[in-house]
Amino acid sequence: METYIFYILAGAILIFALLSVTTRRVLRAAVYLLFALGSTAGIYFMVEFLFLAAVQLLVYVGGVVVLIIFSILLTSQINDRLEQPEWLKVMATMLLVVVGAGLSLFVIREYDFNISETAMTAPTVSDIGLKLLSYGPGGYVLPFEVISILLLAAMIGAIVIAKRMKEND
Amino acid sequence: MIKGIPFEHIMIFSTLLFFIGVYGFLTRKNLITILISIELILNAVNINFVAVNVYLYPEALEGHFFALFIIAIAAAEAAVAIAIFINLYRNIRSINIEKVNEMKN
Repeated sequence: METYIFYILAGAILIFALLSVTTRRVLRAAVYLLFALGSTAGIYFMVEFLFLAAVQLLVYVGGVVVLIIFSILLTSQINDRLEQPEWLKVMATMLLVVVGAGLSLFVIREYDFNISETAMTAPTVSDIGLKLLSYGPGGYVLPFEVISILLLAAMIGAIVIAKRMKEND
Repeated sequence: MIKGIPFEHIMIFSTLLFFIGVYGFLTRKNLITILISIELILNAVNINFVAVNVYLYPEALEGHFFALFIIAIAAAEAAVAIAIFINLYRNIRSINIEKVNEMKN
């Protein structure tokens, strides 16, 4: 049963991602991105990373996609269609993508992964919280604090950039 | 570990997702759709981190934390990028990437 659910989710993500990069309406691209990111949360649920799945739903689906949709509504006419990329450019990109994907898939096929036999115990929220704030070996308190500074800087930066400049009017 | 799914299949899936994102990144001309492609690429990387964590190192949680930090940084990056797009649209009435080099002057 789980096998089928994984393949259905993976297929749905790939199809939505493909639609999202090829559709000619920009709002639809954002909605397809929403579905792709939501299905990714399903994969995190399947490996029992419940906290990560919740963060994915909250931050990506609830935050980033809504932000993208708002910016689409502010910056483009909803009936406009994106221009088709030139044929030559599509061909060159396709070649690059196929070669890159082929190389990566070849390496994945050849490399002998050392798959662990023990089953993973699902991390609980208290495990995650203790690890994030631990300053012992393998603790994540420094990246955690750096991220908080980064978020503050991004917030201030976004406000300053998006604020209308008085002297330009 | 998901029962009955070989590790290679998850890697193949995330590779395909990554290169779909690269395709969109290189062919699109609208800045917002380029941002959407970047989100797809980051998402593929996250799936990869989680799969490696679950299948190869089940006693550790490093892949989980890397995915968490990537999500946080992607959110910050999207916020700043969208602020720039809106400011750009106000100034040159377009978010087409071919017109953005007017910012240089």
